[in-house]
Amino acid sequence: MDLTQPTPRITPDSDERRGFRAWLPYQSTDPCCEPVAHIRAENLSIAYEGHQALRNVNLEINRGCITALVGPSGCGKTSFLMSLNRLTDLIQRCQVTGKLHMNELDVLAQTTDLLHLRRAVGMIFQKPTVFPFSIRKNLELPLREHGTHDRMRLNSGIENVLKQVGLWHEVKDRLDRPAQGLSGGQQQRLCLARALVLSPDVLMLDEPCSALDPISSGIVEDLIVSLRGHYTVLIVTHNLAQARRIADHIAFFWSFEGVGNLVEYGTAQTIFETPAHELTAAYISGARG
Amino acid sequence: MSRQSRHVQEYGTTAIIWMAATMVVIPFLWLIGDLLWNGWTHLSWSFVFSAPQNAGREGGIGPILMSTMLIVGVCMGVAVPMGLGTALFLSEYTRHDHVLGRLIRGSLDVLAGVPSIVFGLFGNALFCQALGLGFSILSGGLTLACMVLPILIRTAEESFRAISREQRLSAAALGLSQPTTIRTILLPAAMPGLLVGGTLGLGRAFAETAALIFTSGYVDRMPESLMDSGRSLAVHIYDLAMNVAGGNPNAFATALVLVGLLLIINLFSSWIATRWTSLNQLPA
Ligand SMILES: Nc1ncnc2c1ncn2[C@@H]1O[C@H](COP(=O)(O)OP(=O)(O)OP(=O)(O)O)[C@@H](O)[C@H]1O
Ligand SMILES: [Mg+2]
Repeated sequence: MDLTQPTPRITPDSDERRGFRAWLPYQSTDPCCEPVAHIRAENLSIAYEGHQALRNVNLEINRGCITALVGPSGCGKTSFLMSLNRLTDLIQRCQVTGKLHMNELDVLAQTTDLLHLRRAVGMIFQKPTVFPFSIRKNLELPLREHGTHDRMRLNSGIENVLKQVGLWHEVKDRLDRPAQGLSGGQQQRLCLARALVLSPDVLMLDEPCSALDPISSGIVEDLIVSLRGHYTVLIVTHNLAQARRIADHIAFFWSFEGVGNLVEYGTAQTIFETPAHELTAAYISGARG
Repeated sequence: MSRQSRHVQEYGTTAIIWMAATMVVIPFLWLIGDLLWNGWTHLSWSFVFSAPQNAGREGGIGPILMSTMLIVGVCMGVAVPMGLGTALFLSEYTRHDHVLGRLIRGSLDVLAGVPSIVFGLFGNALFCQALGLGFSILSGGLTLACMVLPILIRTAEESFRAISREQRLSAAALGLSQPTTIRTILLPAAMPGLLVGGTLGLGRAFAETAALIFTSGYVDRMPESLMDSGRSLAVHIYDLAMNVAGGNPNAFATALVLVGLLLIINLFSSWIATRWTSLNQLPA
């Protein structure tokens, strides 16, 4: 896959094509997705102020795959993501128990170097969170923080990553203008670029398209697809058609009496065509949640 | 309700609102006008820079201006770092309902309501006597610092809290350390609010009289060090108006200088604040 090519622009009339694609069966022979566990959660539980939000999640996420986390609001998807880069540490009285490994790294260990971990695990939020300064500085800040100060390397890193998210031609003449002047979709792609500029192993996206219009959402979605094989991608989405279009694996969460559980986990094909659990079947057919 | 009476009501409301607004402006204009009327003829560069003579009836306010700058400088030099530090502690390192945070906030609210004469007595007891600094610019500046700290801390804390949680989370998610996050993201984002707080504090420090009478004293000579006693502009005005027969003209001129300084500070800080905001929000 050639990542230096800007992703093609989606025009409104290609929406039909996208709609059609949703009906295509999942391609299990995708060469990019390796059946090698990258992230392994064992009995992972998360509690806020003593209230369980997520209980006993057991899950192995494959390297290079796109894994979608789906389920109704409040079932602990965001909490799960935030435990992977220990953002849960920033929330007072939030307790994460169980085991969580990323390759050989014990994520939950006291001794884990958090700055290092978070460098390896990029995260995108629902609302674009550009920092209130220039586009260039948004991308330079993480690079500088992690030890790149050479002007040439900074510039080439910024250019590469902006090309990768297809923003380069849109912003190359205004890199020094405030990032908040970009449109919502552009801002979200800048956030993606900002996460990618650190060359992470894992990329987590928490409802990255929900605040975007269909066209920007399509652009971001195509971008995520282009990441397959290069990064281990976790994406939370409420858009089941989107999950079906882009995900290799799907983790379905459900909250039982306010406590989130992982109900079913499998390839997108299994989840959408032959779900094992009746809750899953009901949810994907739109009957519940 | 008929159309006519609705009309009347609408105009009535508008008139009342206009009247209220005008009534706020009139005293302000009156005050400025009065100061200009009485003080302008005495105002000159030599008045601003020369030393007072004959207990201030003649001569200028050079040393007094100098002492004021030094006192306010000491005050802000101490209060700004302490205020920022405390505000960051309250907003970034403690929960909103943490016991220590609540204690600090509670004491600040009490301190903010304490009359400045009490700060003067306190400063005299602590800095002048207990710490042996005597009547000095240092004592006065430190006393003022105690007085403006509550304003600085509260406004700074509010500015930091107004920054969205997402900004902090995404900074952390990029592996930025806490000091980097504070320096590159929180401080710039809070800057307009910090400037407003700083201006309030600065204004209060410039205009303070009661807290300084007992701490930095009355001496109207040019100060040679921070350990010298020095008279501030506000104390000078008070002295000329209350204790010196025939001191009124120079009191008015001094007041004009003081009000002019305060206006300049206000305009300057709101200029920076809007520039700061527009710099960051200009469409790309
Ligand atoms: N900071 C917090 N403090 C207390 N409780 C929280 C906090 N964040 C989340 N929770 C609780 O944890 C549970 C799971 O929340 P989470 O945000 O992980 O759900 P979600 O699946 O991401 O939902 P959504 O689809 O709405 O984003 C919810 O019941 C929520 O109330
Ligand atoms: Mg969520």
